[in-house]
Amino acid sequence: MQPLVYLTPDNLQALWLTARVAALTTLILLLLGTPLAWWLARSRSWVVKPVGALVALPLVLPPSVLGFYLLVALGPEGPLGRWMLALGLPTLPFTFAGLVVASVFYSLPFMVQPVLNSMQALGERPLEAAATLRAGPMDTFFSVVLPLCRPGLVTGCIMSFAHTVGEFGVVLMVGGNIPGVTRVVSVQIFDHVEALEYADAHRLAAVMLAFFFAVLLALQMYSARQARKGRA
Amino acid sequence: MDYPKMGRRTLCRVLVLLAGASVAGAHAAEAQVAVAANFVEPIKAVAAVLEKTTGHTVRISIGASGAFYTQIRNGAPFDVFLSADNERPEMLEKDGLAQPGTRFTYAIGKLVLWSAKAGRVDDKGAVLKAADLGKVAYANPKTAPYGAAAVQVLEKLAMKNALSPKLVQGESIGQTFNFVKTGNADVGFVALSQVLSGGQLKEGSMWVIPQANYDPIRQDAVLLKRGADNAAAKALLQLLRSPNIKDLIRSYGYDL
Repeated sequence: MQPLVYLTPDNLQALWLTARVAALTTLILLLLGTPLAWWLARSRSWVVKPVGALVALPLVLPPSVLGFYLLVALGPEGPLGRWMLALGLPTLPFTFAGLVVASVFYSLPFMVQPVLNSMQALGERPLEAAATLRAGPMDTFFSVVLPLCRPGLVTGCIMSFAHTVGEFGVVLMVGGNIPGVTRVVSVQIFDHVEALEYADAHRLAAVMLAFFFAVLLALQMYSARQARKGRA
Repeated sequence: MDYPKMGRRTLCRVLVLLAGASVAGAHAAEAQVAVAANFVEPIKAVAAVLEKTTGHTVRISIGASGAFYTQIRNGAPFDVFLSADNERPEMLEKDGLAQPGTRFTYAIGKLVLWSAKAGRVDDKGAVLKAADLGKVAYANPKTAPYGAAAVQVLEKLAMKNALSPKLVQGESIGQTFNFVKTGNADVGFVALSQVLSGGQLKEGSMWVIPQANYDPIRQDAVLLKRGADNAAAKALLQLLRSPNIKDLIRSYGYDL
């Protein structure tokens, strides 16, 4: 094994790209997933169950299914792709935006689930108290619900970021392996291995291993602290 | 419940039948074959002929030659390797993973610039200079020989740098073909065998790139160590050398 001290510019570029995709995906998911989780927690509509199933779908759906649909439906010849082109939007395969869109869908349950759990754990009492104090629904949401659900939000952000960094199959299918645009770390490692460049693969793989260990460790410590706070 | 008693004679007959079946089983063997992605269509036809004439079957895995090379070096269970180049089978021979003396060229591949749209690619490749050119797909040159040939062409035409913002890479020539076929890439460097059917262009438009622009893609087959005693593997290699099959391979646009 080669010493793991040195990352090539290619590898650094892949790491930076991966960080940007994951950060943007997490931000979008925070803005999108939080109201969605709130609706799932509060609504009594019959649509809640189907939507809940849709949100959980990426947990079990093979990445190749999503990759296939992105390529065929969202390509310039596909039904959605044609519609996007007609609106003057670029098609998604081979683009940074495409990667982010795929990641948002793919990491959605990792944001919604923890947030939803903490919202369901709230119970009615804080909301009733807020109503007694004549807080409107928006005020209640921002001043009561969100602060109380902070542990869920933090966990959701960490999980979404980590899961996006760990994404591989979809990117392999629709990325086109463009340096700095779609060649993320997981694909870069795959390419190094396929080309027998084990030294480079080792360096990047070790970075990934260390990163994910640190993330999961941080998450464990965070939830242990929250549990202590809860008891106190 | 009463079972009919099996007499001694019946038992003997059953045993003979079973023994016969297992001998027949040994005759009709099965081979695991790693096939470079450009050769998907021909290998299916060849496998059908093999099964019809000998009873042997092959299980086909499709991928990039370089990826297969790496997998075979790491113990992948293949009996035969049909590469898209001659270097990797030779390397496997040197690595002691292929049977010496079994390597031969089963096809010489041709590279084309192809678009799924009719009239898009002209017969000189001027489309590469078109102002409205979209994405240009090619296969990963590190693992796919057709990708390496595409890079040679781009360098020969002195267009590598000019086109680099438009280049997208497929992991194999199969994925590269898909990028173009679905219209996600405007044009792409693919194998002639992928776009021909019965000697005719299936759809779209193409430029058969003159051989002077890239080194001949000599595609070698080799018997791997694991398949040394596999009757199906040996029969497949033998079949690939037969005149009829060579004609079949040529009909897909290969030289031979």
